[in-house]
Amino acid sequence: MAEAADIATALLLGVGGLFCLLGAAGIVVMPDVYNRMQAASKAVTLGASSIALGAAVHFGEPEIVSRCVLVCVFFFVTIPAASHLIARAAHRSGLPLAPETVIDECPRNRDDATS
Amino acid sequence: MNIFLINLLLAGLWVASTGAFTYGNALLGYAVGFLVLWWLRPLLGRAPYFRKVPLGLWFALLFFCEVIKSNVRVAWNVVFPWSGRRPGIVAVPLDARTDLEIAALANLLTLTPGSLCLDVSEDRRTLYVHSMFVDDPDTVRKAVKDRLERRILLLLR
Repeated sequence: MAEAADIATALLLGVGGLFCLLGAAGIVVMPDVYNRMQAASKAVTLGASSIALGAAVHFGEPEIVSRCVLVCVFFFVTIPAASHLIARAAHRSGLPLAPETVIDECPRNRDDATS
Repeated sequence: MNIFLINLLLAGLWVASTGAFTYGNALLGYAVGFLVLWWLRPLLGRAPYFRKVPLGLWFALLFFCEVIKSNVRVAWNVVFPWSGRRPGIVAVPLDARTDLEIAALANLLTLTPGSLCLDVSEDRRTLYVHSMFVDDPDTVRKAVKDRLERRILLLLR
């Protein structure tokens, strides 16, 4: 039982670290803000939550588990909102899309920018 | 939502009467309470609660798989940038009407890697989605509507 928990902890920490690393690499590799937000925000959501879950499995005490689960919940609620806002602000301020972009159906220079 | 409160109360009763204050026991109490209430269904009148709880669990499971799958896809693209990336912004017509429905859709959509909710049009009929893999705009529209919006509306309405 203890061994299974150790293996699960190691797996969760490893996967979490790997996804955080890939998220960081994505910031460097991706061509424009929008693709960077894609790579950075979501890989890190998964990575950080799986590290938190690894800590929860390792300690297994109610007070730590509840905090780790809360950490995950807050990640999953706040990160999409933040990345949405950054991308929206970028698009509204007219930041260019990468040249490889295929299609842009969102109108720019709308007059409702104050709302 | 009233039935949900009763169910929570039953879970609390279960925990108190078994005397083991652990998460597993609370979950077990909730499950037992759900079964008891399900058995008492004829007394409670028309209650979407019994349809929504299994639906919500099923949706959470599907969504979790989806998140893992697309995370791997984006990660693959980060490691091998030449493996093909066609980013683009697609306008998706919305069936969701209320603020809650649109917010839930936008949030879950942004959680799915490969797609990022950019903006909602002023009349709330269109959602602008940035996707990393636009092979064809109609496929993206269909994926958003079928995979996410339909299920969210089933759950929220």
